[in-house]
Amino acid sequence: MAKRSAPEVNAGSMADIAFLLLIFFLVTTTIEVDSGINSKLPPDEPPKDDVRIKQRNIFLVELNKNNQMLVEGDLMEIKDLKAAALKFIDNGGGQSAEGERCDYCSGERNPESSDHPTKAIISITHSRATDYETFITVYDQLVSAYSELREKLAQKLYNRSFKEMEATYDDSKSSEFKSEKLKDKIENIKKKYPRIISKAEPI
Amino acid sequence: MSKFKKKGSNELPAISTASLPDIVFMLLFFFMVATVMRDSSLKIKNNLPSAADTEKLGQKNLIMFIYAGPPSDSYKDRYGTEARIQLNDKLADINDIGVFVAAERASKREEEIPKLITALKVDKSTNMGLVSDIEQALRKAGQLKINYTTKKGSALK
Repeated sequence: MAKRSAPEVNAGSMADIAFLLLIFFLVTTTIEVDSGINSKLPPDEPPKDDVRIKQRNIFLVELNKNNQMLVEGDLMEIKDLKAAALKFIDNGGGQSAEGERCDYCSGERNPESSDHPTKAIISITHSRATDYETFITVYDQLVSAYSELREKLAQKLYNRSFKEMEATYDDSKSSEFKSEKLKDKIENIKKKYPRIISKAEPI
Repeated sequence: MSKFKKKGSNELPAISTASLPDIVFMLLFFFMVATVMRDSSLKIKNNLPSAADTEKLGQKNLIMFIYAGPPSDSYKDRYGTEARIQLNDKLADINDIGVFVAAERASKREEEIPKLITALKVDKSTNMGLVSDIEQALRKAGQLKINYTTKKGSALK
């Protein structure tokens, strides 16, 4: 029997397969985006002299050089911080600067704690030797306390999630992309629970 | 007397290499797309802390990065173990931040300047003293929007 040489494989479609794969990966890969906690520094101006803030409107968080935390003068574990912060912000014991009572707060209305979420200030002081990790953990807990309150209010007022509202606003594919109406809603919630976290200079 | 004539040689035909360029291009494109560009090589350790409630950083060209942390192992002999700041490629001093911010601003269009965000990529073992020094320097420079860049994950152990 005669020996036949193997026929050559047609390589013409190889390029098509390659392009198919290329396009598939082009579409599916996402470049990793950094994420973190946004914050705003106070402007570098001399403070106005007669700012008086009542003691009950300040929630004092102190971190020492051994990474221990004092909240309002008492030692506290970091895992309990969020609950304490929620209780303080959402207390609504008095009136806002415009003389309104907090009608959306669900706190205890304790007259010894904060008057109104717009007046409640969380103040963090830390030592120079505090670890950055501890600070971020504490800061994250405080930020998430505010997020939880905003989330709750968004559910109550608009029956949707605050995170989802913000995402929809920035999503160019959604029908509410940069919509004025949605922006007003988001601003309204942010105004009702403003994130007031002050950082004092280290001791 | 066969109909089929025996061909000249019995050798196997060479494998076609016509598709090799395609494969190479495919790999090239894939890595071009998937790689994260790192503008500067780090001379410091940069093990970020983790936080749960994070927001994504927006447009990449509107962010300036300030790194801080203890010098990495290969630079220990030269710079010691004290936490340092790194701006672009160089280890810098706290006083260099003002110049750095001004240079970053100058490279952006005017309408973009108020949108600039400073991302602080600080190693978790760093002392807060250095971080607040950076913040004071940024305040002086009028660069107020900052972001504490973190890893995703629960911060509570």
